[in-house]
Amino acid sequence: MAKRETSTKDSGTRNNAATELVMSEAPSELLRELVAHLRQNRTQLREEWVGRISETRLLTAMTKEEIFAEATSVYDSYVEALETETFEALQAYARNLSERIIPRGVETHEVVGIVLLLRDVLARSLFAKYQADFKKLNRILDAYEPAANRIANTVAVGFVQERERVIRQQQEAIRELSTPVLQVRERLLILPIIGVIDPQRARQLTEQLLRGIRTNRAKVVVIDITGVAAMDVTVANHLVQTVEASRLLGATVIVTGLSPEIAQTLVTIGVDLGKMNTVGDLQGGIEQAERLLGYKVMAVAEPR
Amino acid sequence: MPLGEIRVAINSDQDIVSARQEGRALATRLGFSGVDATFIATAISELARNILAYARRGEIMLRAIHGSSDGILVIASDAGPGIRDIPQALRDGFSTSGSLGLGLPGVRRLMDEFEIKSRPGHGTTVSVKKWKK
Amino acid sequence: MEVPILKQGEFLIAMFQAALSDADLENLRRGLLQQVVKFRSRGVIVDVTAMDVMDSFASRTLREIAHMIRLRGAETVIVGIQPEVAFAMVQLGLTLEGVSTALDLEEGLAYLIEKSKMTD
Repeated sequence: MAKRETSTKDSGTRNNAATELVMSEAPSELLRELVAHLRQNRTQLREEWVGRISETRLLTAMTKEEIFAEATSVYDSYVEALETETFEALQAYARNLSERIIPRGVETHEVVGIVLLLRDVLARSLFAKYQADFKKLNRILDAYEPAANRIANTVAVGFVQERERVIRQQQEAIRELSTPVLQVRERLLILPIIGVIDPQRARQLTEQLLRGIRTNRAKVVVIDITGVAAMDVTVANHLVQTVEASRLLGATVIVTGLSPEIAQTLVTIGVDLGKMNTVGDLQGGIEQAERLLGYKVMAVAEPR
Repeated sequence: MPLGEIRVAINSDQDIVSARQEGRALATRLGFSGVDATFIATAISELARNILAYARRGEIMLRAIHGSSDGILVIASDAGPGIRDIPQALRDGFSTSGSLGLGLPGVRRLMDEFEIKSRPGHGTTVSVKKWKK
Repeated sequence: MEVPILKQGEFLIAMFQAALSDADLENLRRGLLQQVVKFRSRGVIVDVTAMDVMDSFASRTLREIAHMIRLRGAETVIVGIQPEVAFAMVQLGLTLEGVSTALDLEEGLAYLIEKSKMTD
């Protein structure tokens, strides 16, 4: 008994040893009892939890059905984490959950909030169940609290990490759009074009590329249009002009990622695809570029 | 402050150079980017060249204009034989043949707005505008 | 206007200035050909770095120069076209088809050296 009381105080510090995924100290039969209780009262406890979520006005970006579906998943994962004493599954779940709800605009405080609410709802039900036996309640809480806190921690951290990953991705995309010309190797530039190209953006890209050719003294440029869904005639002409202008600066252009639709558009405007240097994908284009750079004679734009 | 009109008489090939230099200078004064200034100077060069080739003489007029942003107006006028078939002159297959008739489709691509008035025996006037982005 | 034509071994380098009139370009064309014959040059670099505008006449002249020099068994390479000028040229449909181009003098020389090695 005395040992248990000490361990209650220590559970806080043990909680902070985050590398320990497996719980020690808590006797297995207590845990099994706890998990059994949570499973038995699953429907009721889950409902209570969802009720608390709407009361506190969390997850307003999601519909009732969506909340209920997620609540069911989280509850089951929670109980499973308590039961199996491993958190890898919960970590993976937390990240997966984040991937789904971040695009819906769910905030960090909401995610942390709902997990804490679940912890509270379950704790209260434990109080109710074991209120007659205070010592037993204490032992049950000894088992429950560290695990519950670790779960809350895991889900919150998983969410934040996923959120940071999304933000980094967005920043990358923005940077790509604003400075799309990449010097990958000496004398080789890559211009990955993604998204919608309107004539103004096409002009901007051409300017940037030509300046980049001069600054980097590029001999080969790979223009990758894998990320471009469609091109109207005006923009297709810009692509052709870009290829021609690059040649005037002594650079050979390889176009990669040409979709059948865009190839058709080019043919429509009178481009002889046989004369245009095209390769299926970016990797192939880079390989061809390196081959070109290996031959000194080819390093100057030959007249066609 | 609106800048005045600049008129360059086109009588010789040297005048082509003068006209485009004036154009670049005005464009730069108006704050056009380097690329746009080059586009403007190149368009003027072609327009002046047309005057010389088909009418032997004429005039390039340059002026600052103001709308929702600032811009430049170029009017190339001559009293030459005029263009018989304007649509034909403007037809452009977007080919890269590089051999020109009047180069008008190219001038149109270089500038933002393009207008042409011509009648056989009554000369030709081409007005082009470019606006600062 | 005088355009400096420099001799670099078997090659000639012509530095085109800005503001060359049509007459200047015509003179240049003839002058270059004379020099190629006189020195039996194997290649010519035409450096147009200073040209701030390249219009249809300039483009046609360059192509004619390259053509005539090739008839004398020599190679021509145009170097130094500025990005803005290149952009304007392609808007006008001037692509210098049939003429070799390189970024600058250094690249142009490297090209001519390689090319003459191949024909040795």
